[in-house]
Amino acid sequence: MKYVDEYRDPELIKATAREITALVENSGRLFRIMEVCGGHTHSIYRFGLEQLLPPAIELIHGPGCPVCILPMERVDEGMAIAADKRVILTAYGDMMRVPGHQGSALQLKARGLDIRMVYSPLDALKLAQNNPEREVVFFAIGFETTAPATALTVLKARELGLTNFTAFVNHVTVIPPMRAVLDDPKLQLDGFIGPGHVATVIGANSYEEIVRDYKKPVIVSGFEPLDIMQSILMLLRQLLAGEARLENQYSRVVPFAANPVASQVLAEVFELRESFEWRGLGFIANSAVKLRAAFGQYDAEVRFADVLSAYRNSSEHASELSTVAHEAPCGDVLKGLMKPKACPFFGKECSPENPVGALMVSSEGACAAYYNYARDKQTGMLTHGN
Amino acid sequence: MCLAIPGKIESFVDAEERMAVADISGVKRQVSVDLLRREDETLKVGDWVLIHVGFAMSKISESQAKEQLEILTMLGEAQKAMEEIQDLEVC
Repeated sequence: MKYVDEYRDPELIKATAREITALVENSGRLFRIMEVCGGHTHSIYRFGLEQLLPPAIELIHGPGCPVCILPMERVDEGMAIAADKRVILTAYGDMMRVPGHQGSALQLKARGLDIRMVYSPLDALKLAQNNPEREVVFFAIGFETTAPATALTVLKARELGLTNFTAFVNHVTVIPPMRAVLDDPKLQLDGFIGPGHVATVIGANSYEEIVRDYKKPVIVSGFEPLDIMQSILMLLRQLLAGEARLENQYSRVVPFAANPVASQVLAEVFELRESFEWRGLGFIANSAVKLRAAFGQYDAEVRFADVLSAYRNSSEHASELSTVAHEAPCGDVLKGLMKPKACPFFGKECSPENPVGALMVSSEGACAAYYNYARDKQTGMLTHGN
Repeated sequence: MCLAIPGKIESFVDAEERMAVADISGVKRQVSVDLLRREDETLKVGDWVLIHVGFAMSKISESQAKEQLEILTMLGEAQKAMEEIQDLEVC
């Protein structure tokens, strides 16, 4: 198993850290690097990689965690659909704990709504087949890693002639938020560690436009600690040489070109929304998809248009917009303007057991990663968590 | 959800080979292999694939699969994914 162990060999990781330190030591610069993907954030904290890096390198945790960027209003709308007695609402495990104004899906389930966790949209489809008298709604979230799954499930529903399956589509795309953070004058970034698994769908070459339009290097990276350290090293070499290129550190898994079947299915089933709200980043143009009009009968926003409009016009909706959760500065953390620990709610009102903001929910959220993998400053040892 | 879990193709369910039974760390589960139906890539029993939410997304080598499973285990993600998979008896 030499091949596998190599990517977390402490000696190799430390040697890479020494190489990084030697490279930046006398540069007199601060390097601000964003890892876009929540999986990378998780790995960085799990393995304490920040402790190995010199102070000249600041890692900024990006918006690549689908539950973290979902605005509360979308959660509320999903729950409004679930309140319809005909409905069985299905959602991924991560989604179950995301707080909405009325509570999370898990809390609303405990209060009697029929909400069920599924591993795959195919499980939701099966539930629709087995319960023809009910309306099964799939709360679809995620980047391009999960969007093809939703698209194929909708195609399958059509193939099976199902009339009681719809998807509440909240799929987002990875490039527009990268552009949005680069367009924000408050956030000066030097380069990106690019998401790996999403690139198995969209292809590593999708990041080319970031390099071209913003002259910022992007390194598509794996999730192993050595992968991340190597990617940082590759990024620094480019920055010090005044270069901005796309490099694929994770070529053992990620191809340069997109998966052609996935691209075709996504184009057939979805179309871009003009704009979609991202928690913390606001509305971003062309950053999310919805079902095409031809698939209207599988679109929960069409099927439950009356439920959603009644909810949006309700007095409870108006009063929700001034709650504690709205005061939490999740957006600043999400944009890298505030470290999780600087948040007044961190570890007090807001913890993984009782999250106020979505960044505390998912293991891919920056706040949950900080909380679970808190380290002693002197020893670098984990102080609690796993 | 965003990190894929590796599985090994055990058999195909339908004649068109669009659904397969995959062994995911000892748990058998039906997965869609629709996304891997490509002219330049045929999927066989015994192949390893990366699975996202019940859909095989890419073919990988056995050593890549082992590497991915270990990192997921260390991140606590493998256990979480297995709990979610085992919640349902789809096969």
